[in-house]
Amino acid sequence: MVKAIVLRAAGINCGLETQYALELSGAEAERIHINRIIESPDVLEDCQIVVIPGGFSYGDDVAAGKILANQIIHHLSDRLRAFIDAGKLVLGICNGVQVLVKTGILGKVSPESKQQITITNNDSGKFEDRWVYLQPGSKKCVFIDPERRIYLPIAHGEGKVVFENEEVFEKIKSDDRITFRYVDENGNFGDFPVNPNGSTDSIAGLCDSTGRVMGLMPHPERYVRGTQHPHWTRLKDKSRADGRTIFDNAVKYVKENLL
Amino acid sequence: MRQRRFEVFNRPGSSDIHGRDVLSDIRELGIDSVLEVQSARVFLIDGEFDDEFSRRIASELLSDAVCEDYYIGKSSAPAGLAKATIIEIHLKSGVTDPVAESVMTAIEDMGAKCAAVRTARKYMLFGEISEKQLKKIVRRLSNDCIEVVVIGTDAEPPSPHIAPYKLEVKTLELTTLNDAQLEQLSKKMDLFLNVVEMKTIQNYFKSISREPTDIELEALAQTWSEHCVHKTLKSSVDFDFDGKKIHFDNLIKETIFKATKDLNKPWCISVFQDNAGVIEFDETDAVCFKVETHNHPSALDPYGGAATGIGGVLRDPMGTGLGAKPIANTDIFCFAEPDKSFDEIPRGVLHPKRIAKGVVAGVRDYGNRMGIPTVNGAIFFDDRFLGNPLVFCGNVGIMPKDKCFGKAEIGDLVMVVGGRTGRDGIHGATFSSGAMTHEHESIFSHAVQIGNAITEKKVLDTLLTARELELYDAITDCGAGGLSSAVGEMGAELGAEVELEKIPLKYAGLNYTEIWISEAQERMVIAVKPEKLEEISKIFSDENVEATVIGRFTGDKKLTLKYAGTRVGQLDMEFLHDGLPKYSRKASWRGKKLSEPANESKDNFNDDLLKILSTYNVASKEWVIRQYDHEVQGGSVVKPLGGVTNDSPNDAAVVKPKYDSDKGIAIGCGINPLYGDIDPYWMALAGIDEAIRNIICVGARPDRIALLDNFCWADCKKEENMGSLVRASQACFDGAMGFDVPFISGKDSLNNNFICDDGTEISIPATLLISAMGIVDDVNKCVTADLKSAGNLLFVVGVTKNELGGSHYYKTKKQLGANVPQTDLKIAKLTAEKIHEAIDAGVIASCHDCSEGGIAVAMAEMAFAGGIGIEADLRGLPKIDDCTSVAAQLFSESCSRYIVEVEPKNYNVFCKFMLGVPFGQIGKAVKDKKLVIKNSQGKTVVDAEIDILKDAWQKPLKW
Repeated sequence: MVKAIVLRAAGINCGLETQYALELSGAEAERIHINRIIESPDVLEDCQIVVIPGGFSYGDDVAAGKILANQIIHHLSDRLRAFIDAGKLVLGICNGVQVLVKTGILGKVSPESKQQITITNNDSGKFEDRWVYLQPGSKKCVFIDPERRIYLPIAHGEGKVVFENEEVFEKIKSDDRITFRYVDENGNFGDFPVNPNGSTDSIAGLCDSTGRVMGLMPHPERYVRGTQHPHWTRLKDKSRADGRTIFDNAVKYVKENLL
Repeated sequence: MRQRRFEVFNRPGSSDIHGRDVLSDIRELGIDSVLEVQSARVFLIDGEFDDEFSRRIASELLSDAVCEDYYIGKSSAPAGLAKATIIEIHLKSGVTDPVAESVMTAIEDMGAKCAAVRTARKYMLFGEISEKQLKKIVRRLSNDCIEVVVIGTDAEPPSPHIAPYKLEVKTLELTTLNDAQLEQLSKKMDLFLNVVEMKTIQNYFKSISREPTDIELEALAQTWSEHCVHKTLKSSVDFDFDGKKIHFDNLIKETIFKATKDLNKPWCISVFQDNAGVIEFDETDAVCFKVETHNHPSALDPYGGAATGIGGVLRDPMGTGLGAKPIANTDIFCFAEPDKSFDEIPRGVLHPKRIAKGVVAGVRDYGNRMGIPTVNGAIFFDDRFLGNPLVFCGNVGIMPKDKCFGKAEIGDLVMVVGGRTGRDGIHGATFSSGAMTHEHESIFSHAVQIGNAITEKKVLDTLLTARELELYDAITDCGAGGLSSAVGEMGAELGAEVELEKIPLKYAGLNYTEIWISEAQERMVIAVKPEKLEEISKIFSDENVEATVIGRFTGDKKLTLKYAGTRVGQLDMEFLHDGLPKYSRKASWRGKKLSEPANESKDNFNDDLLKILSTYNVASKEWVIRQYDHEVQGGSVVKPLGGVTNDSPNDAAVVKPKYDSDKGIAIGCGINPLYGDIDPYWMALAGIDEAIRNIICVGARPDRIALLDNFCWADCKKEENMGSLVRASQACFDGAMGFDVPFISGKDSLNNNFICDDGTEISIPATLLISAMGIVDDVNKCVTADLKSAGNLLFVVGVTKNELGGSHYYKTKKQLGANVPQTDLKIAKLTAEKIHEAIDAGVIASCHDCSEGGIAVAMAEMAFAGGIGIEADLRGLPKIDDCTSVAAQLFSESCSRYIVEVEPKNYNVFCKFMLGVPFGQIGKAVKDKKLVIKNSQGKTVVDAEIDILKDAWQKPLKW
């Protein structure tokens, strides 16, 4: 059985729908509070997927995702590293990406350096809920269909991906770590609202060098049934649900490689 | 212990969003001399660690490695910028600082301990600023209820140390006072009790032969406040209706409650008794709905007032039955029109644009953080809301049917869960029961509460776990009136004893009365059996939620308050809850002598249509909606924005609360104070009709609709205001009976008038918000308002009458008119049923409600939403004979009308469904992206590109 842990913590608020999305894709998903995982990190041994869902962990105090990232760095980093090194999968969604970036798991190109990538305030300065088209970029990321452009909602105030310098950005690109870019419905890049937050190179998602850890600003768990589409009443195919692909791919990968 | 100061700045090249926002705030104050604002975050940390570790704190925790720099110590103004003004905003001593708490925990996670953390915001303003301007800026940037401003680089922040409280029981001389002295005492203590009430209290204390303590008077004032008991709506009323005398023994019982009682719906589970009204959702679950107002706090502190408004109303479902899970928010605001110069704003009043922005930000931050989608809303602009904006916050929750009732038992422990108690929100309930004046800002700043959504989210998560394990017997929220109301109500039939010193405080120094009446946020009260204490306490502590036993339910039918063993107050529960003297009010209503303006005969109405689309009330609210997370929880089906480009209006929201069921809930609202200027009776009926129509449009079942009422009125001691309240209440009865739809909950906020410093009074218009919640059997059948396909037929269902009174067409001409829309309840109900049958049968492609701006605006919206055009012909419009003018045909706001798009192949089936209601084919959807409307002579009266119409609609509130 594919087993997933959906992380809980103060302020995380997308856990239930993320759990449901994983279940729809055939995983057995459990929501576990970070305090319990720190108490008994062995729970990580029994599962193959960890998801850090969206929300406002610890109120986004100091900066989005920062306090939870700090907690993970100081209490769980070895266990999480071992989890990843064991070939397992980690997915961060929205606030979850901010956490993964700020832990350094997604936030740097060389293990010994400090954080080199960050996610900061949208150029608009505002929280925004809107739907965006995402062009897949990476061939190595196990969560994505490299050929399928998908449509998902974003809901964040801090989603702009920024690199410390050009070299870091080039390294990320050459390492094939950009999983999704914001595009319009025809696949073209553009300014706001196509790129809703001013993200460098229209980046919406990143993976680590293994392709098994992904962070995605948009919310795949919010489009796992047809009637979640913002104008589904206009669509001929009302069953399309693009967010499913992310969870389906994760479950499929685990089934094919880890069980 | 050494204190270190850390400052965190944006690195040059990365944008300083906060500085930019502050600059725009300053510009909005009318100050142009400030050229640039730079912001910084300040942390003051006391701890025994070395310089190396403090650099780690700065670089690893406090600042972002990529886009921020830090400075340890106090930085000076950048060189060469002599004209910089430095402002630092610190929290007042003792005010909860969630960021500081997080930083302390995070430093602990890093392996060190610190004794204290405080945070502040620092702004460097570049440019010439006068003393007076600086004062204005400081007022704009800080809230002097909770914050202290330090100006310049040398000044020091306030000391965090507060003297502890020493018990001193305060007894007041009451029994010997005469009437005038009683009134004086009420005023001096801000009790907002009138002389009759004061005398009743006096007699009570005479009968028990002692003088009251301050806490007893305060507890009575809160329990008896308009805000808590709605004494006006419950009063006996002598109503003079155009000379005809009508008497009510209890106004609300004989109108709104009576309708619900007479309708006696088996699917109503709990009405008008709990914190929210509860109806059946499906076999296993129930849904509850509550809408509250938070007007006065939002006038003083728009951000904090609105945030705690939403935070407060969320605790209503959480405190209904044994606790519901909130699934959707609805927010309706009334503001003055935003395009005003500062000269037009009375003293003590905030600019309407600032109020609007602050309110939206408050709702956004609290709702988004709690993870509850804000799915529905409306904004109504009228200048009479200048000093007294209205902020309605509502929430729908879901709970298992067997958890709809709770009851405390003798011996149960009183437990307070969640936030700590502070001095914030003291006198909120009494304050909101009076009129506002220009001095309120300073006098009642403490009435504004301070919210922390994450605390409430933690409380919610743990309480739902505890509910499932049946670890408590009853639950209620600490809302207006704080613990006083919560414990007082929960123990009303039993009696309760509370040990006030056990209540966890945000800071030392609160006296026992402040503890008891504080309206500090994020607190819930539960009744727990002693044997379950250990288990429930673990659930809370496991997730860092504070929960404390503060007393017990006794069975002696008294409320006993102790502080460290000393009794500081004791009241009979019966007197506390039933001792309030009955009110009697006089009310009168005289039909207004109004007339219709002369007919305008002209050939082209494009400009009128564009003008109406651009009125603030009709215009797109996208700027607001996008800031709300309307999709969290994954339940959205019909979102607040729709259409081919996801930016056009929908009539109501639909959410699907359960993953394993296709059942949904539709939420809509109706509000139109302009009709009330003509007759509040018809305003109320139109509001009911509109709220119902909205949810019918998306697919709700007409026989499973529940309504909420929210009355916001001006001073009801005035007979004519009371008269208009009676008229609206009568309409609520008639509307509920006529539609066969019960009211399940409601709330009123009276005394919404503002007294300016020159004595002039601005009263709000009579404003009734009707909220409707309806069950959708299968969300896959939901319909939206956007036109689907060229070639489809367009019908108007419902009659257009010559009813431009109170319309937006007249509003754009600064006229009111006389012919207010009058709902024909028989037809209204039948039409709603027929539309529903047709939607259920799948023969309706799109459906849009006709409201502000009439069929012309409705068709324009449907067209640009679908990205296609309409050819319409007014010959097909069902209308009555005197509706001859083209203006009335286009813009009349007659009730109970729907515009419906039907595929040609469904023509016959659709017509069959509509038998018995007036309907007519008005035109068809066309490829050409234009709205073309011909009058009955075949002459074109509207001919506009849909892009131009859409632009007119989108422009005004694109902030």
